[in-house]
Amino acid sequence: MVSVEQVWAALDEIPDPEIPVVSLVDLGVIRSVDVQNGHVYVELTPTFLGCPALETMKAAMERKLSGLGVEPEVRVVSDDAWSTDRITPAGREKLRAAGFAPPAPREASTPKLLQLQSTVFRCPYCGSTETRLENIFGPTPCRSVRYCESCRQPFEQMKTL
Amino acid sequence: MSERAPRLLELADDELVLGWHESEWTGIAPTLEEDVAFSSIAQNEIGHARAAYELAAADLGTDADALAFDRRPEEYRCAPLVELRLLDWAHAIARRWLYEEADAVRIAALKADTDPELAGLAAKIDREEAYHRMHAAMWHERLRHEPRFREAVEELWPYAVALLPQELRPELAARTGLALPSDTLLQGKERGEHTPQLAELWDEMTSVRRSAPAGARW
Repeated sequence: MVSVEQVWAALDEIPDPEIPVVSLVDLGVIRSVDVQNGHVYVELTPTFLGCPALETMKAAMERKLSGLGVEPEVRVVSDDAWSTDRITPAGREKLRAAGFAPPAPREASTPKLLQLQSTVFRCPYCGSTETRLENIFGPTPCRSVRYCESCRQPFEQMKTL
Repeated sequence: MSERAPRLLELADDELVLGWHESEWTGIAPTLEEDVAFSSIAQNEIGHARAAYELAAADLGTDADALAFDRRPEEYRCAPLVELRLLDWAHAIARRWLYEEADAVRIAALKADTDPELAGLAAKIDREEAYHRMHAAMWHERLRHEPRFREAVEELWPYAVALLPQELRPELAARTGLALPSDTLLQGKERGEHTPQLAELWDEMTSVRRSAPAGARW
């Protein structure tokens, strides 16, 4: 009989398809795990609703859990209960080390342009806050592009959701 | 049909059709940054459409792909604003800005709905749309005194108003600072009416699906 802890540990071995330095558990997209009579129920939330990696994530999870000898059932939940605040402290550190600035904490209201244009965002390479917004959008919907005036390096900032 | 299904289909059809048109800028936008921005926005809008179709499909006993691609053009509930094929930057940005303003009013109303699934999805969509609104606001600030842009806004404004139900229109007027148009100006632009561009888009959008009706395997 597989335990809930074993399921979490297995899911922690699955890398994010787009930023493989973090696992799905680091990313906080696994909402819940439940084990009942040989069935494993997992709830998954997409970062962005249009995330093309969602199907890949779901398939990887099903493959991994089938390997434990259980029947996995992965359900996608799309509501506002998930936020980028769910990225774990370990996940944030791994992102930073790989050159992605982790997201700012979520506030009650949605982010404003002035906040994005302010210089409070820290460069993941040199730590300077002298950074400016280059483009709200980036290589994937979850990232923006910023430029560090201090070390003259463009970098990717995870958007706050 | 459930009470919420028509509202979900309006939202989903708007986002699917608009997402499709915004993706037409991929590769030909005036700057690389805008290529990236329009591609991301298109991807998000189509993601919102998928989530709304899935919720509607559960009520209607079908699936999201069938709702997105198996209906006839006249069965879509999208507003004429999103159907227009606007390969001109002034009009493309004018529509982006107007659509995001109108959508913000609609999403706020859905967030306040008593149906927790509808309100939850709307809240999630709102967090993503915030970035579209910032992008649109940036361009609006940059172009608002340009004659070509002003003309485009004036031309598309009745379409944007017609996207919303009557009761939400005054709020859109207040947000944008524009006066509500006369009934004459709204003719042919109301939801439920369709432009010839929708049939053209439908033909392209559903061609793969129609070529393999049993469902293609990739």
